Amino acid sequence: MARRKPPKSKYTVDRNVPGAFEGETVTRRRFMTGSAHTVGGIAAAAFTLPALGFAMGPVFERQDARWEDVGAAGEFPQDTYLPRVITIESNVGETGKTTVYMRAHDPAIDGKRKDEYDAYLAVSTRCMHLGCPIRYIEASQRFVCPCHGGVYDFEGKVSGGPPVRPLDRFYTRVTNGRVQVGPRYSVNSELDRFSPRDPAAPLDGIGQYLYPSRPTTAKLK
Amino acid sequence: MKLPLPPIPPALLPKPARPGEKRNGDGNGNGNGKASPKDIAIESGKEAGISAVDWVDERTSLSGGARWMMFRKVPKGTNWFYTLGSATMFAFLSQAVTGVFLAMYYRPDAGGGAYESARYISNEVFLGEFVRGMHKWGSSVMMILIFLHMARTYFFGAYKYPRELNWVIGVVLLVLTFVMALTGYLLPFDQRSYWATIVADNINASGPLVGPYLADFLRAGPEFGATTLSRFYALHMMAVPGLIAALIGAHLYLVARLGTTAPPWMKAEPSDELRREDV
Repeated sequence: MARRKPPKSKYTVDRNVPGAFEGETVTRRRFMTGSAHTVGGIAAAAFTLPALGFAMGPVFERQDARWEDVGAAGEFPQDTYLPRVITIESNVGETGKTTVYMRAHDPAIDGKRKDEYDAYLAVSTRCMHLGCPIRYIEASQRFVCPCHGGVYDFEGKVSGGPPVRPLDRFYTRVTNGRVQVGPRYSVNSELDRFSPRDPAAPLDGIGQYLYPSRPTTAKLK
Repeated sequence: MKLPLPPIPPALLPKPARPGEKRNGDGNGNGNGKASPKDIAIESGKEAGISAVDWVDERTSLSGGARWMMFRKVPKGTNWFYTLGSATMFAFLSQAVTGVFLAMYYRPDAGGGAYESARYISNEVFLGEFVRGMHKWGSSVMMILIFLHMARTYFFGAYKYPRELNWVIGVVLLVLTFVMALTGYLLPFDQRSYWATIVADNINASGPLVGPYLADFLRAGPEFGATTLSRFYALHMMAVPGLIAALIGAHLYLVARLGTTAPPWMKAEPSDELRREDV
């Protein structure tokens, strides 16, 4: 077996490095190489990190709750839905608008009222499979999605097809006899409220942890 | 290492002298030993071209690299299937060129300007419908060619040692082409573009844990907003094409360095020195 070479000394003097002086452990060449790499790294980070932050910024931007008037309090029946158009994103014209289906709270169907935000139901038209626009079919009292065949019942719960949870809703409130539609919230199959999630994110079982809520859009109540 | 010289086409080779013909010193002449003014002009024109090329080559040594890239030995049995990679690259080049010119008229404005500018390209701009059509159909052609090229590589076993890394680069190029297809689909900004992007974005969101953040990054927020379109446009025309061009360079370098494979039906021919005959 070959004899192992004795370990090199950490002092440059012992390693016979030209120009070494007493107590030096890092050669000047190594020091220069290291500094050049460090300076280059700092220079690259100086433009890469701000650019990344710039691109990621909107993800962490806080969304303000907006309330939009959709009609008088007596306008909405209990037994069917009326479509209303609200704006969910400003500055993009028609692109930022969406339809919501409105009806009054019916204790026979919806049970006891939870708080001041559910005197009226505002059901989102965003399909909970992949986000296509659903439509309310009066004859069957169901919501139907044209893309992949998702079907929801009168309450917005899934009754067929690929969707993973009931239709999202919007908070509603009544101010001076006018109904206002506020921020979006998501519901699980028991219609418990969650902060808004993307379509395709199940909220039953461990779903709410696998698809975490945004720090920027908390639920109201 | 000495590289082989490129073959000169027979038409360009100097003709041998006819019987009884007398030529001047360099073998190229009109037979009477004196160069005519026309010949002198042609000759000095050639010289000027050659010296210009030499000037660049002396300073860059490009000709060696060009010969290394262009005049490679290919195995016996090389056939038309081996052109699918170049075809894919030309589809990419076509997309790049038509894309640059479409960008001269396109406006990434989600408030309606994008649709209007796309409509303007198709209906008003001279040859606009043609160039936009090239870009639109060319994207499908590129997708088909890239899959055919991949199938050729797979079925000919050309992904095996030592070409595994080139396969990996090819897969990254395939994924980047998907990204191009996804981001480009939004740009006409009609109903199909919008809803297809909503669906694609929510497919991204359906990935557990990171999915929701990835979707928010793509759309620049929780809802499809004013900057989603410009974000897709920036990815589509700058970030991804640059990456694709750089990776095509690496892909081609490895092809030239490692050479191509023979088709699997070719049998290896042992050389005569190695063949032993038992008597």
